[in-house]
Amino acid sequence: MIFQDILFYFFSAILIASALGVITVRNPVNSALLLVLSFVTCAGLWLLLEAEFLAITLVLVYVGAVMVLFLFVVMMLDINLDRLREGFWKWFPFGAMIALVMVMEISMVLMGKYFGHEEIPIPEPKGADYSNTKELGRLIYTEYVYAFELAAVLLLVAMIAAIALTLRHREDKKSTDPSKQVKVRKEDRIRIVNMPTEKKE
Amino acid sequence: MESIQQQFVEILGAEWGSMMFSLATNMTFIFAIVVPLLLGVAYLTFAERKIIAYMQIRVGPNRVTFFGIPWLRGWGQPIADAVKAIMKEIIIPTGANKFLFILAPVLTIMPALAAWAVIPFSPELVLADINAGLLYILAMTSMGIYGIIIAGWASNSKYAFIGAMRSAAQVVSYELAMGFALVCVLMMSQSLNLGDIVNGQQGNNLLNWYLIPLFPMFLVYLISGVAETNRAPFDVAEGESEIVAGFHVDYSGMAFTVFFLAEYSNMILVATLTSIMFLGGWLPPIDIAPFTLIPGFIWLLLKIAFILFFFLWFRATFPRYRYDQIMRLGWKIFIPITLVWIVLLGAIMQLPESIRNVFPLNIWF
Repeated sequence: MIFQDILFYFFSAILIASALGVITVRNPVNSALLLVLSFVTCAGLWLLLEAEFLAITLVLVYVGAVMVLFLFVVMMLDINLDRLREGFWKWFPFGAMIALVMVMEISMVLMGKYFGHEEIPIPEPKGADYSNTKELGRLIYTEYVYAFELAAVLLLVAMIAAIALTLRHREDKKSTDPSKQVKVRKEDRIRIVNMPTEKKE
Repeated sequence: MESIQQQFVEILGAEWGSMMFSLATNMTFIFAIVVPLLLGVAYLTFAERKIIAYMQIRVGPNRVTFFGIPWLRGWGQPIADAVKAIMKEIIIPTGANKFLFILAPVLTIMPALAAWAVIPFSPELVLADINAGLLYILAMTSMGIYGIIIAGWASNSKYAFIGAMRSAAQVVSYELAMGFALVCVLMMSQSLNLGDIVNGQQGNNLLNWYLIPLFPMFLVYLISGVAETNRAPFDVAEGESEIVAGFHVDYSGMAFTVFFLAEYSNMILVATLTSIMFLGGWLPPIDIAPFTLIPGFIWLLLKIAFILFFFLWFRATFPRYRYDQIMRLGWKIFIPITLVWIVLLGAIMQLPESIRNVFPLNIWF
């Protein structure tokens, strides 16, 4: 058990430090990289909770794809931090409200004995051959199938909207059409001319 | 093994002893994987130079030898190159972000080596036999891109930055096709464990390998693997004729060599995964006497070498892709093909038994 405790505190310390860094560091690229670090340590914590599918998916989706694109954009744009900080007091009430909700949720977990959390049995550690991938798949495609499909449709709508908003057809662009290129035959482009060699005078 | 564990328990006490014992055994296994891997990388560079040389009717490296033995001429080349790389100075550009500049090569090699933890070399020989092995591999290979992006950004150089941007866009696009191709594999094997995937291909001969029912996926996976490792003809991230050396243009000495090592160990990793998932891993091609006598490990090595030859062959024969063509191949060709194949495979799996018996694809299910 002691080894798991050491791992837990190790990951938690890095997670808290990097999460604080995300909002305090001045350079947006460093901030995005610290967010990546906090995702990775969070995945480590989830592994300790025996949620290996979720942990690996967190790394695969957020670290491997989402944050790469995020970094891509942050590195390309020259972000002016002073302008970002301008609206602080304007958005402060909204942010404070979310923070309040989070604090309430966390305090409900921490003060669980006042809300009857102690009556919930402690989950048993599962055996090594227990696959929570299969278990999650079964739940998603049977019990929560409508919620799952709803989420999928929502993502599809967002994707189509993003494409529709950014896709512009320009008449003057000169991009090539690969199918036309493939269709081209020798006869369409070149004409072989047979010419008798000229006699030297 | 047992007696060594006893000694650990005696010296360090019951709790720490067993923990330290498992740590020690794991470290031994890790060294047993990493040291041959790095040697393999060294000689892969030699093989690449030799094979490409012969394809271009040259001789290739033929000078450095061991102890003056004439028939080993050229075989000392990778060792000489390694010594040269270690001796060289690491230059950090003045405008660079020093911490990230040094971190980038580390972040490139880390996932390239970590992914080897779940690779099964034979039915018993695997470091971490975890349930979600395939997912772990996907997660690790998707992290390799960070080294390249950070290297490009931290160098504070335009060429490096262009290389990093190209590479980021390319790797993210091909990862999707690669992931979908692997979804087909796990639909066939109904398991994420790499050992189970190989066992699912068990049969009398090579007709049972996933290569045959999933042939388009094999091609998609192999080509995406070439793109994912930034190898020719998808090496626009380096593009020496356009942007000098791309993301590692400002790196020198050992820092550069680490990128080099990561690229080659990623190549070996992709070749290994292709042989495990499509070519039956450690299984012999035909289950009769002369083939079954050869140990499974050797079969796996032969298959890896076979796939690696393709990598070198591609490099020697194909011209570099143009950037928009790379994107078109990834998004408009590979992803539709894989999506159609997933739906098709799912439909076949859901067919009632009587129809599946008539259906020609059925013999593999």
